[in-house]
Amino acid sequence: MSGDGATARVYALHAVVIALLVALNYILPEYHHGVLARVLVLAIFAMGYNLLFGYVGLLSLGHAMFFAAGLYGAGLPLYHLGWGVVPAFAGGVGAGFLVSLIVGLLALRTSGVAFMIVTMMFAQVFYLVTLYFGAWTRGDEGLVLQQQARQITLGTGTLDLTNPATRYLSAVALFAAALFATLAIVRSRHGRVLVAIRENEERAKMLGYDTFANKLAAVVTSGVICAAAGAAYALLFGYVGSTFASVQYSILPLLWVLLGGAATTLGPLLGTLFMYYVIDITSSYTSAYMLIVGAMLILLVLWFRKGVLGTLRDRWLGWLP
Amino acid sequence: MAFFPHLLLATLEGLVTSAVLALTALGLSLVFGVMRIVNVAHGEFFMLGAVLAWAITTAVGGHPALGFAAALVLAPLIVGFIAWISERLVLRRLDYNPEATIVATIGLLYIIQQLALTFYGPEARPVTPPFNVRIQLPWFGYSGYKLSIIAASALLLLATWLVLTRTRIGLVMRATQYDRETAQAFGIPVGRVYGAVFALGAMLAAIAAVLIVPIQQAHYLMGLDPLLLSFIVVIIGGLGSLRGTVIAALLIGVSDGIISVFFSPTLAKIIATLVVAMVLVFRPQGLFGTATK
Repeated sequence: MSGDGATARVYALHAVVIALLVALNYILPEYHHGVLARVLVLAIFAMGYNLLFGYVGLLSLGHAMFFAAGLYGAGLPLYHLGWGVVPAFAGGVGAGFLVSLIVGLLALRTSGVAFMIVTMMFAQVFYLVTLYFGAWTRGDEGLVLQQQARQITLGTGTLDLTNPATRYLSAVALFAAALFATLAIVRSRHGRVLVAIRENEERAKMLGYDTFANKLAAVVTSGVICAAAGAAYALLFGYVGSTFASVQYSILPLLWVLLGGAATTLGPLLGTLFMYYVIDITSSYTSAYMLIVGAMLILLVLWFRKGVLGTLRDRWLGWLP
Repeated sequence: MAFFPHLLLATLEGLVTSAVLALTALGLSLVFGVMRIVNVAHGEFFMLGAVLAWAITTAVGGHPALGFAAALVLAPLIVGFIAWISERLVLRRLDYNPEATIVATIGLLYIIQQLALTFYGPEARPVTPPFNVRIQLPWFGYSGYKLSIIAASALLLLATWLVLTRTRIGLVMRATQYDRETAQAFGIPVGRVYGAVFALGAMLAAIAAVLIVPIQQAHYLMGLDPLLLSFIVVIIGGLGSLRGTVIAALLIGVSDGIISVFFSPTLAKIIATLVVAMVLVFRPQGLFGTATK
C-alpha cells in the first residue's frame, strides 16, 4: 500500500461496489432482489469471519454462535418483551459483544487445533442451550417475527422493514458500514499487527506487541460484526431459529471466505454471492447440495487456497486490500 | 424399580456406550497421535460402518448371525479402503497441514453424508442382532448382546494395544509418531504408514458402528454425536494416549449413562461439552496426559 494514489484507488473501488449495489435495487427483478438482500446480510457474517480467519489466521469453527447471539439477542426481546427495532438491534449487537468477549477470553488461551475444537464446543453448547430453552425459542421450529413489530417510527412516517426496497437498502447500508469498518481496521496499525501475528506470532510478541490483547480485540470485533449480521437477519427476514446456531452455519462462512479470498475485503461478498447462486441453481436439478459444499471445500483447499480475489491480488492487482 | 437396580441399569447402559466410544475415540486418537491431524470426518466413517452393516445384513439374508458376521468383516474393510483412498488423494497432497486438513475433512464429511442420504435415504433402519439371549438378573433381564459388545470392545482394545506395543508394525507407527523425520531417515516409509494409520482409525470407528447398530438404528446423520464424544474423550484422556482414551471413554460413557437416566439428555450434553471445553482451555494436555515437549 503505497502513497495517496493507491489509497484513493482502494476507496474508489469500494465506493463503486456500494454504488453498484444501490443501483441494483432499481434494476433487479423481484426474486433476485430478495436473494441479494439475503446474500448481503450473510456476506456481513462472512466479513466478520474473515476478519479473524483471514487477517489473524485463527480458524474458528464456532462463528454460528456469534451470528445466533445477534439473532436471538434481537429476536427474543422483540418477540417476548415487545422491544422496538432499534433497541432490539442494539440488544443483538450487545449479546454478540458479551458472548465473543467471554469466548475470546477463554478460547484464546489455546491455539491452533485446540482453538478450533474449543470454539466448536462452545458453539455446540450455545446450540444446545437454544434447544434446551425451547419454551422461549421454540427450537428448530423457530419464531416468526410479525410485520407490525418490524417497523421503525420516524417522526410522522414509518420505516417498514418488510417492504422489499426498504429491506434491501437497509441491508446495503449495513453492508457498507461493515465493509468500510473492515477496510479501516485492516489498514490501521491494529490491522497490521493482526497480520504480523498471523505471519509469526512469536516475532510479533518479541517486537513488543501484546498479541493476546490484539487477538482478543479481533475476536470481539469479529463477533460483533457477525452478531450485527444475525440481528439484521432476524429483523429483516423475520425468522429466528436454532438452525442458525448449528455447526453448519459455522462452516458456511469458512467456505464463503475461502472461495472469495481470505484476507481480502471484498472476497466474502463474492464468495457468499457465488455459493448462494450455485446452491440455488443446482437445487433445481439435484437436492445434493451438501455434495457441492463438500467438493468445493476440498477443491478449494487443494488447488485454490487463495480464493478468487486472493489469486487476482497475487497475479495482477497487488494493491487490492 | 428401586434406586439400586435403576443405577445398575444406568451403569450397564453406560458401559455399552463406553465400549463403543472407546473404539471410536481410539481411531481418532491414533490418527491425531501419529499424523498430528484432526479428522473431522471421523464420525462419518462411523456412520458409513453402520449404514454398510445394514446393507450387508440385508443382502446376505438367512440367519441374522450370518449377515452380522459378514458385516463385521466387510464393513470395516470397505470403510478402511475409502479412508485410505481419501488419504492418498487429498490429505497427502495437503502435506498434512493441520488447518488445510481440517477444511478438507469437513469437505469429506459433507460428501460422505450426502452420498449416504442419496443412496441410503433419510430413514433410520434397524439391524437384527446376531443372537437374542436375555440374561436374567435378580431385578431385571438384560440383553446378552449388549454385554457381548462390552466384551468384544475389550478384546479389540487389547488387540490394538498388543499390536502397538509388541509388533514391528506398532514399532514403526510409534517411531513415526515420535519423530517423523528421523523415522524417514531410518528408512521407514512414512507416507505408507500415514495411509495405513488413517485407514486403521476409520476401521476402528466402523467396527464400533457395526457393533452398536443392532441397538441403535443406522441413520445418515448419526455421525455427529460420536465425533463430538470422541473429541471429548481424546481431549480428556490426553491426545495420543491409549490408556487415557480408555479411561476417559469409561468416565464419559458411564457418567453420560447415569446423568441421562436421571436428568434431561440435552442438559447432560450441555454440561459435558462445557466441562470438556474448560478442560481444553485450562489443561490442554488432558487429565491423564503429560505436558508436550
